[in-house]
Amino acid sequence: MDNKTGAMDKNWGGAIGPVRLIVDTLMVIRTLITRNPAAPLASRGLHTFSLPNLPYDYGDLEPAISAEIMQLHHQKHHQAYITNYNKALDQIQAAADAPTVVKLQSAIKFNGGGHVNHSIFWTNLAPVRAGGGEPPRGPLRWAIDNNFGSFEALIQKMSAEGAAVQGSGWVDPLVSKGASLVPLLGIDVWEHAYYLQYQNVRPDYLENIWKVVNWKYAS
Amino acid sequence: MSLFNCISNQCPLGSNFGSSNKLGSFGAVPQLGGAQRRDKSRNSRSITAYYGLKSPPYKLDALEPYMSQKTLEVHWGVHHRGYVEALNKHLAKKDVLYGYTMDELIKVTYSNGNPWPEFNSAAQVWNHDFFWESMQPGGGEMPTLGLLQQIEKDFGSFINFREKFVEAAITSFGSCWVWLVLKREKRCLAIVKTSNAINPLVWNDIPITGLDVWEHAYYLDFKNDRAKYINTFMDHLISWEAAAARMARAQSFVNLGEPKIPVA
Repeated sequence: MDNKTGAMDKNWGGAIGPVRLIVDTLMVIRTLITRNPAAPLASRGLHTFSLPNLPYDYGDLEPAISAEIMQLHHQKHHQAYITNYNKALDQIQAAADAPTVVKLQSAIKFNGGGHVNHSIFWTNLAPVRAGGGEPPRGPLRWAIDNNFGSFEALIQKMSAEGAAVQGSGWVDPLVSKGASLVPLLGIDVWEHAYYLQYQNVRPDYLENIWKVVNWKYAS
Repeated sequence: MSLFNCISNQCPLGSNFGSSNKLGSFGAVPQLGGAQRRDKSRNSRSITAYYGLKSPPYKLDALEPYMSQKTLEVHWGVHHRGYVEALNKHLAKKDVLYGYTMDELIKVTYSNGNPWPEFNSAAQVWNHDFFWESMQPGGGEMPTLGLLQQIEKDFGSFINFREKFVEAAITSFGSCWVWLVLKREKRCLAIVKTSNAINPLVWNDIPITGLDVWEHAYYLDFKNDRAKYINTFMDHLISWEAAAARMARAQSFVNLGEPKIPVA
């Protein structure tokens, strides 16, 4: 980390602030994500990120989400985010001037964000046999009832918001408070998350995904 | 007072299907709410549709094997149809939007960057109509004549343009469209990326060809391999004939200078 801050401590003023904030925030969040300490970029002491394993098989979330989707989503889409994130980190590390760093901001945000969101997403899902779909109990349930009225109201609201998202996006109804808003529960509503199975009928996907949501993680 | 500045050479382009331009002016987008529904009887709320779903200019299996029939059946028959139906529903509710052509409707509902909900439907209907017409069976290869000359003038070479276009499509994030436009002010061709439903009409530029890079456009055929889809589009689907026709029409509105007529 020192390497990075060292490189950025040249007096570039305000332009560098937001980049550091984004990078630092992502670095904080990354503790939720498995990383591969065995293969850092030795020459710079930089960690590369690698694809976290799913805590279940690709076919375990059937019939809510098909095995084909899970495999593509994990091995192709998520991996692409990670690969591009590592590339962007490399480039930002090697950047010699402020404009390059600023230009790489969006790559870091998109790919790093995609990596973070998907890593959390895998833990938000669980096969039925491992408790997927079981409504939450205890403090989380109490908090949901307080903030949303009832558990069913939360589900309905999320499904409605998810269906209303235009284009690509996520629905994150539960977020931990604090400086960095870490999503506890996020649903991917990019088309790649459901297209092969549901085509354009996103409401069906949202209806069915509740059957495999892992409330234990959010608790 | 008109919502938009009158520019003397401005004229709505693109196909008018369904609604007629009741205000008839050659130029500015007419004032909101200026037109009235003729039939003010109590039963007038039963108007059911303003716009119809236009079929692509080829059969749904004509683009095989580069774009499957299944993709067209879902993309056109479900997505595009859905947008048309949503648009009609919006229009049935909102009298203030009555009487616009499609192009005017898009500009009005875009409302300079603060789009109304109707914008999404209207723009996507237009975008997809444009997209189907931008492809043809046996497409690909290269443009010819004037369009090729203009591309070479503005991009250096066709290869360079193709590279830039493909790069723009690959690097676009999320649900996007990529367009080759003729910019009115700058009088040159340019490649433009837009997100969600936005199209170059809102900036008063003239689209020459376009590519849908929303995931639903390629997911059934190519899964996550967006690059392959884009290259397939450029190599086998893109209709340079349609693009040339649009370019020829665009030259009625944008002065690109004297044509080079070869001396015999």
